[in-house]
Amino acid sequence: MADETQQRSVELHVPVLTRVEGEGALHLRIRDGQIEQLQLAIFEPPRLFEKFLEGRSYEEVPDLVARICGICPVAYQMSAVDALESLFGIDPGPWVQDMRRVLYCGEWIESHSLHIHLLAAPDFFGYDNVMAMAKDHPDEVRRGMHLQGLGNALIRLLGARSVHPVGVRVGGFHHAPDEREVDNLLRQLRDALPQAEAMVRWTAAIDLPERTQSFPSVACQSDDYPLVGGRIVSDRGLSIDKSAFEQQFAEHQEPHSTALYSLLDGQPYLVGPMARLNLHRDRLPAAVTHLMDSLPIDWPSANPFHGMVARAIEIYYALHEAIRLLGAYRRPAQPFVPVTPKAGTGFGCSEAPRGLLWHRYDVDAQGLITAARIVPPTSQNQARIEADLRESLTDFGLDQPDDALRQHCEQVIRNYDPCISCATHFLRLTTERL
Amino acid sequence: MTESAAKPRVAVHKFSSCDGCQLAFLNLGETLLQIAELVDIVHFAEAGPLDPEAAVDIAFVEGSISTPDEVERIQRVRANSRFLVSIGACATAGGIQSLRNLAEDNQWLGQVYARPDYIATLDKVTPIAGQVKVDLELWGCPVNSRQIVSAIRALLFGVVPVTEQDKVCLECKRQQRVCVLVAQGTPCMGPVTRTGCGALCPSFGRDCYGCYGPAENPNTQALARRFEGLGLAPDAIARRFHAITSGAPAFHEAGLQQSDLKRQEKDHGG
Repeated sequence: MADETQQRSVELHVPVLTRVEGEGALHLRIRDGQIEQLQLAIFEPPRLFEKFLEGRSYEEVPDLVARICGICPVAYQMSAVDALESLFGIDPGPWVQDMRRVLYCGEWIESHSLHIHLLAAPDFFGYDNVMAMAKDHPDEVRRGMHLQGLGNALIRLLGARSVHPVGVRVGGFHHAPDEREVDNLLRQLRDALPQAEAMVRWTAAIDLPERTQSFPSVACQSDDYPLVGGRIVSDRGLSIDKSAFEQQFAEHQEPHSTALYSLLDGQPYLVGPMARLNLHRDRLPAAVTHLMDSLPIDWPSANPFHGMVARAIEIYYALHEAIRLLGAYRRPAQPFVPVTPKAGTGFGCSEAPRGLLWHRYDVDAQGLITAARIVPPTSQNQARIEADLRESLTDFGLDQPDDALRQHCEQVIRNYDPCISCATHFLRLTTERL
Repeated sequence: MTESAAKPRVAVHKFSSCDGCQLAFLNLGETLLQIAELVDIVHFAEAGPLDPEAAVDIAFVEGSISTPDEVERIQRVRANSRFLVSIGACATAGGIQSLRNLAEDNQWLGQVYARPDYIATLDKVTPIAGQVKVDLELWGCPVNSRQIVSAIRALLFGVVPVTEQDKVCLECKRQQRVCVLVAQGTPCMGPVTRTGCGALCPSFGRDCYGCYGPAENPNTQALARRFEGLGLAPDAIARRFHAITSGAPAFHEAGLQQSDLKRQEKDHGG
């Protein structure tokens, strides 16, 4: 039997990965029982965003960078305003900072709920898609869609619409909702807490494969659980200012992918919900840590399959955080501070649903962008996904039938909730010849 | 849509885009499950069903055409679809990525990627209608669920969906909003932009930035003069038109006129 396994050669192509955002594929070549080639190919066409931004006013940046991703536009807006306000030396004040957290909580709830219920969960229950799963598990799917809808409602409160919201400006917001709108939504958020708790328990009860892998976790760090700004830290001792990102993290290009690969000291690393929980669970409120303590998962976790549970926990956290901040809501006289542009280079970071999103803008004295660089979470996770696949497939058994191998690969990839639309549009400005 | 009792078959295809218009389906919640009862969703990769070559009654197409592979793929989608609906700014006008078409040389890729030879792209980005016949265009960056559901509902009733082409201004007036252009002097694109969003930006006290593309008969020249009166320089006015829907002819030309003015100013030492 062992001989047969070793002699088996498999060429496996998954030409279109389903239930991921954007277009990707996987190429796997096994020769003599060994993985000879494994490539997560991203063929989403490049849209060259960083070039569009050149010559644009800083005022236009939040509306333009939103278009990088329909699933996480708020993340792009938040890293951009963080970078530009850092450069201009602006502190938008506590009201704006609190409402940015609320807006971002909305996006985490929306994006994580979408991923858990529409993209990831069907795998674990043996369905091809959520429409099929809803026939047998209507309550769980409806609960997930309800939470997703609440996330969208939070984004609409401050952004008018949930995809490419229009409320964010450098210096704050264009509009402050009135107290009645806030109270209405607050009531719905409070009502959803038991559902979110049940949803966390539901994901934690799914029978997930056992894996133990070794990888650095990387995330922003601030006083609260990280959302906008702060330092960049890892669980291996890294702690740097956001302006030092380019000295520690290097991107390179591979022929099979339109996304760049990012490495930390030459090694793959993890960003996203699991990395955040591994690093910052001591910054979570007691209600969330109590729930985590009652689950059969110990944090920090080295099992990438816990990514889905980490997302569920963050939904529960984001609901609590939005309730806390909106509970103290007062409508301000003006929802923004005035902005005077300044020439120089601004660095920004925030925690997109899928992880660390880093921006750099060079700006001239008129406030026009002269150069931009954006490093999205999925290009940071790309090398880690490939490393995970190599380990996971060996653990799973390379002698498994092709269909089972393919399905397992897709499950592993979906653990990272890759957003391929995001990952593709980025470029380095200093040309490096490989 | 159908002669037989079988449910109409629907596909959702993605080309160069941000995936945001597909969310008009994925954010529907309960309604998505109801739609899945009314029609047979045979291809929608992000949601799971995968059958890109399936013959369908309605194909929704998100994204613009920007690679050689996409040129071939859209031909097959057209051949396999009875009614083709392009959704969103990318599919109807090329989207934000068609700003690339305005670049004076084609060096962007080389400035973006260390190895541009690894990347296959076309010189120009085109909307879907630049490649194949399109039966219905739903504009917006992004389209919203109301637009999608109305179109599906109309097609299921066997009627042609209503095309919205009024200006944002009309919707804004119906909502009795204070005009941000007149009252605050902000360079609002509402007077030339197609309605459908619900006048969201003016309702938030800010200027419309034209993400639904040009309305019918847009008087772009008059609006450009108004912007000039507000103190905007020609290049700033050009950027108003050349943003999310720069590939739409009316906005494309209005922006180019301003770019020419800027060039003339420069030539005269202005």
